[in-house]
Amino acid sequence: MTTASQEFLRAAARESANLPRRQAIRRAIDQYDAAVQRGREQFLDYEAARRKCYEIKWEALNHLDRYLEEFEQRVRARGGQVFWAERAEDARRYVVDLATARGVRTVVKSKSMVAEEIHLTPALEKLGARVFETDLGEFIVQLRNEPPFHIVTPAMHLTRADIAKLFEEKLAEAMSPAASRDDPAELVAAARRALRRAFFSAEMGITGANFLVADAGLIAITTNEGNDRLGTALPRIHVAIAGIEKVIPRLEDLAVLWPVLATAGTGQTITCYNTLIGGPRAPAEVDGPQEFHVVLLDNGRTDLLADAEQRDVLHCIRCGACLNACPVFRSIGGHAYGTTYSGPIGSVLTPHLRGLNEFQHLSYASSLCGACTTVCPVQIDLHHHLLHNRRNAVRASDRPWSERLAFRFWRWTMSGSRRFALAGWLGRATLRGVRALGLAGTTLDLLRPWTRYHAAPVIPRKSFRALWRKNGAR
Amino acid sequence: MDTARVLRRIGCAIDFPEAQTCCGQPAFNTGYWDEARPLAERFVRVFRSAEAVVCPSGSCTTMVRNCYPELLAGTALSGDANSLGQRVFEFSEFVVKVAGIRDVGAYFPHRVAVHDACHALRELRIKEEPRELLRRVRGLELVEMPASEECCGFGGTFAVKFGMISAAMGDTKAGNAEASGAEYVASTDPSCLLHIDGILRRRNSPVRTIHVASILAQTGRAKESVEIAARARSAE
Repeated sequence: MTTASQEFLRAAARESANLPRRQAIRRAIDQYDAAVQRGREQFLDYEAARRKCYEIKWEALNHLDRYLEEFEQRVRARGGQVFWAERAEDARRYVVDLATARGVRTVVKSKSMVAEEIHLTPALEKLGARVFETDLGEFIVQLRNEPPFHIVTPAMHLTRADIAKLFEEKLAEAMSPAASRDDPAELVAAARRALRRAFFSAEMGITGANFLVADAGLIAITTNEGNDRLGTALPRIHVAIAGIEKVIPRLEDLAVLWPVLATAGTGQTITCYNTLIGGPRAPAEVDGPQEFHVVLLDNGRTDLLADAEQRDVLHCIRCGACLNACPVFRSIGGHAYGTTYSGPIGSVLTPHLRGLNEFQHLSYASSLCGACTTVCPVQIDLHHHLLHNRRNAVRASDRPWSERLAFRFWRWTMSGSRRFALAGWLGRATLRGVRALGLAGTTLDLLRPWTRYHAAPVIPRKSFRALWRKNGAR
Repeated sequence: MDTARVLRRIGCAIDFPEAQTCCGQPAFNTGYWDEARPLAERFVRVFRSAEAVVCPSGSCTTMVRNCYPELLAGTALSGDANSLGQRVFEFSEFVVKVAGIRDVGAYFPHRVAVHDACHALRELRIKEEPRELLRRVRGLELVEMPASEECCGFGGTFAVKFGMISAAMGDTKAGNAEASGAEYVASTDPSCLLHIDGILRRRNSPVRTIHVASILAQTGRAKESVEIAARARSAE
C-alpha cells in the first residue's frame, strides 16, 4: 500500500465520520442542485448544448498542435510572451524567474487550479514575495493555510460562523468594529478592504484561463467577483497559466461554452464576469499591464492525449459538476483526496499526472454509480475511466498479491457449477458455524469487514439451486 | 424464486440452466478482466440459445449487455455476446417492455418507496418500469424518497475496501428512506438491498427492504390474483 493510499484511508475514515462537515457539504450542494435545475431551463435543449461542447473540445484536441500555434502567433503579434512548459517545475521556474528579474514583491492571484497543480504560491513565497488569493473562497482557505476544498467553490466546507471566527483572528484590522459578525455583507466588505490594498500594491497579477481562443489569440477568464479584472488591469505584469487542453478553435465557441460552464458550475445563466485578454497594454491604451505572459502547461497532458481510451478526460472545463454529483465526494469532501483535483475528475486524472501506482486507490474509491458521467457537461465517460484505471493497475501488477490470488481462486471456483455449489455450501456452513460458536465479529469471522458497518445478514439455509429443484422447476 | 413465480404467472415458460455460475462482474469491476473473461464466455455459452434471459438485477444485466462487448471484443464469442446482450433483461424491464404487462395481480398493503439502483438507472435507463408495476399492486401506496437516484454506497468490493465511505453513503440513503415515511424500500437490485438492509437494521430503523419481484410475487388470495393477472393480460 502506498503512502498516498494510507493517508487517503485515514482521511476518509475521519471525514466520513465528521457529520457537521458532511451536513455543510450537503447544504451547499443542495443549493447548487436547485440552481442547476433552474439554469438548465435556459436551454431549449441542454443535451444538445452538452453535445456541442463535446464536439468543440473534441475538435480542439484532435488538432491541438495547430490551434495552440495559432493562439501563440496571435498573442505574440500583440506583444505578449508565450512559454511552453513541459513539466510543472518548468512552469514554476518561468514564473519565479520572471518575478525575480522584475523585483516583484506582491502578487495578486485570481483563482487558478493549474497554479495549484504546479504549487506556484509556495515557490513565490520562498522568494519573499507576498501572494494574495483574490477570489473570496480562495482568500478564505489561504487564511486557513488550506488548499481549495473544491475546484469551483474552494470554501464549500466552511459555515458563515467558521469564516467570521477566522476573520476575527486573521483579519481584525479590516473588520469594522461596530458591524455584526454574523452579517455576510460585512464579512465580504472586510475581505474587500484587505484585498484592495493588495491590488494597488501588486506588481504581478496571476490568473488561470478557462479557455484559450485560437482564432482570436485571446484568453478567456471567468469569475463571479471581477477580481480577475482588477488583478489583470492594475499590476505591471500579467501572467496567465493554463493547461494546453484549454485551447478552443473559435471565438464563437464561447457562445455555448460560457453558458454551459456557468450552468454546470454554479447553476447561473452566465457567470458575472467573462473577460477576454490578448496582450499587454497597446500604445494608445490607458490601462492594462506592460507585460503579458501566457504559460502553457503540459505536465502529462500529451501522454493523456496519446491514450485513445481516455483522451476525453482533456475535455474537462473544470466546472466541478462531477464533484457535486459524487456521493463519495459528498461523504468525504475534497481535502481527503490529497490531490489538487478531487472528486471523479481528480480520481481519473491524477494517475495520469502523478502516476498510476501511487494514485490507483482513488479509482477504487468509487461505487461506479455513474452520477458523474451523467452530469458532465462535456460528456467525459468518467466512471468507465475509473474502471479502465483499475484494469490498468491490474495489468501493471500494481495490486496486492492477496487480491490477485483471491481473484484467481475465485475464477477457478466460478468456472464449474459443482465447484460453485460447493463453495456456496461451504460459505453458508462456515458462516453459520462461526455464529454458532459465538465467534461472530472476531478475526475468524469472514464477514467482519461487512459487520463493522452493517447488521449481520441472514444466512440462508439452502441454495437457490436446492430450492429450485424442490419447488421451482414445476 | 419470486422472480420465477411472477414470470410464470404472466405466462412465461422458465428454464434455469444449472451450468450457470457468475457473470464475472466482481472481477471485471475490480480490474481483473482476464479473470472475468472466462466467466463471461461461460455465461454466453450457457445462455446463447435462450429466447430471453431475465435477471432480477440491473447490475448483472448491465454487465452482460454493456460490458461484455468490451470484455469479449476480438474473441470468438464476441458476436454471440453482442446478440445475447440484446436479449438479456432486468426483471421489471422485461415484464413492462417485453411482456407488455403492468398489472401482475399482486397484493401488498404497504407504503413503499423505490430506490433507483445505479446500474439499472444510468446504464440501462430503467426508471419508470418498477414504478409502473408497483403502482398497480393492490393495497400498495407508492411514495418517493428524497434523492432516490443517489447511490446507496454498495459498489461491490468498494463496500469492503472503503467500508467507511460506503457506510456514510448508506446512512444518507437510510435517512432518506426514513424521511419518505415508507415501510419498505424496494429496488431492482439485491446487492443494493443487502447493503441498505444491513445499514437500516444497524440503525434499528423500522424501514425494511424488499425486492420489486418479491412484492409482485405476493398475491394475498392466490386464486383471485391469477384471475386478475389473466384479465390484465387479455386487456393489454
